[in-house]
Amino acid sequence: MSSSIYTVIRPDGDSRFGLVQETSEGLQELGERSATTAAALAKETGSTLRIPEGEAELEGESDDGRMIINMGPQHPSTHGVLRIMLEIEGETVLRSKPVVGYLHTGMEKTAENLTYLQGTTNVTRMDYLSPLNNELVFCLAAESLLGIELPERATWIRMLMSELNRIASHVMWLATNGMDLGSTSMMIFGFRDREMVLSFFEKTSGLRMNNNYIRVGGVAADLPDGWEDDVTAIVDTIEARTKDYDELITGQPIFRERVVGVGLLSPQDAVALSASGPILRASGVPWDLRKEMPYLYYDQVNFDVIVGSVGDTYDRYAVRLFEIRESISIVRQIIDKMPKGPYRALDPKVTPPPRARIDESMEALIHHFKLFTEGIRIPPGESYVAIESPRGELGCYMVSDGSAKPFRMHIRGPSFVNLQSLPVMLHGGMLADAVAVISSVDPVMGEVDR
Amino acid sequence: MIERSEYLSTVQARHNDGFIYLADLTCVDYLNDQTRVVDEGVQAQRFELVVNLRSFAPPSILRIRVQVPEDDPAVPSLFSLYPGAEAMEREVFDLFGLRFEDHPDLTRILLPEDWEGHPLRKDYGVGRVPVQFKEVKRNR
Repeated sequence: MSSSIYTVIRPDGDSRFGLVQETSEGLQELGERSATTAAALAKETGSTLRIPEGEAELEGESDDGRMIINMGPQHPSTHGVLRIMLEIEGETVLRSKPVVGYLHTGMEKTAENLTYLQGTTNVTRMDYLSPLNNELVFCLAAESLLGIELPERATWIRMLMSELNRIASHVMWLATNGMDLGSTSMMIFGFRDREMVLSFFEKTSGLRMNNNYIRVGGVAADLPDGWEDDVTAIVDTIEARTKDYDELITGQPIFRERVVGVGLLSPQDAVALSASGPILRASGVPWDLRKEMPYLYYDQVNFDVIVGSVGDTYDRYAVRLFEIRESISIVRQIIDKMPKGPYRALDPKVTPPPRARIDESMEALIHHFKLFTEGIRIPPGESYVAIESPRGELGCYMVSDGSAKPFRMHIRGPSFVNLQSLPVMLHGGMLADAVAVISSVDPVMGEVDR
Repeated sequence: MIERSEYLSTVQARHNDGFIYLADLTCVDYLNDQTRVVDEGVQAQRFELVVNLRSFAPPSILRIRVQVPEDDPAVPSLFSLYPGAEAMEREVFDLFGLRFEDHPDLTRILLPEDWEGHPLRKDYGVGRVPVQFKEVKRNR
């Protein structure tokens, strides 16, 4: 590293850390960001690196000490296969570029060849930490074109499952975030508590993940007997456990040192970069689709929108932790309000006949067979539906040409869009903080790459 | 639903009206779809760029559908108005082959850089892995 970059360091002789700053070998501490020379600054504009992916290796170390390194796609803190090209100067990150696509499997193309009944099995695999939200947005888009009325119970069941999924997803995030920052206990606790929710999903839908439970026209099955007790036990336990998390993480000095003031994102930047979900709210923008543009019956329950004030990694942690508590409160209200009635639309065009009828009625058998082989026909039209998934605005744009398969199905993945704000958060920070910042974005690569 | 020539001016006007959040940007390929209905005064083209804008106060959403012809698939980029359009426009470029003028980094995002073709176009076939069956000895 050429010494010309770090010519001026702390003229006032600030020795906060009691370290020897100058030895016979020269300066021992890294310079302030403002200490970089004009020549070095001229090379960077903005925070997003825009060089082709292949050129990172060729570039190597430049004559002024800048260097491009790759983090990932096999890095353990990148939540799968996220690769980040980082332009660093010493330990300071200048520009960066998230490189995605390692998990691309063409799910939007696949969706054009699947019927609406099969489509939910496809979308549920995108965001594998909140599969029910993916199914929900797909079904809401299809139903908005179909124009059918759902029974009340079906909608409340969807809300219950969606909120439980949000709890599971946020608890899972606390676990992986703890792991990234070296808190192995939090990892174990998080997985343990998420398992309770997944067990309930298994009891209800038969599967822990990728449930395929929410279908066009309602849900696949009614809630199991005694579900109120199960759900109450889950939320009571997790509510008590959030106090443990508080003790373990929130006030812990080591954790706070790693996250407070790290990875700042201003509200203006967050809106301009189309960030959504906890990232947008942590930056201080009170925007929650459940509150502002309610879908399902979110206008009939009381909950608060959690908003941060600084927009750092700590705020993004706090927003998610408090959203778990809000979701618990929503789940309790749903238990009280759950009506009796059918759990799927009683529309023979959409809903197969009950299993018992198939044994005794030839027509019911034919009806069942036709529905599952030919599928549901949806009138021509186009529709964009957005819901608030645990990661942000999850949208589905669906075009139908009147056949049994969508003409075009596009999912607006919140992780995909949120990754754009990563370079802004990383800019000017330390390389070691990158792990904390990436984790705070909570990208799920299955949804980013689709 | 608008023509391509009005695209940038319309979005600019809506941005000034308070639609400051770009929710989604995607594209649809209507290759041989004769049945679709377009607004009066708009010439239907093969590609349709779909832009969803949001305003926070009052909470509302607005959808703009832009017709893009097949022989010159290019539209102005929204990057200067909405920096968040960068990844979404790269995705549309990657999967549909629409060029965005004045985009800072128009490269493939999901597919490898040496990929040929644009898979979400309707004339791009669904790939298949050829399956080799063993010859079964027939007794008859």
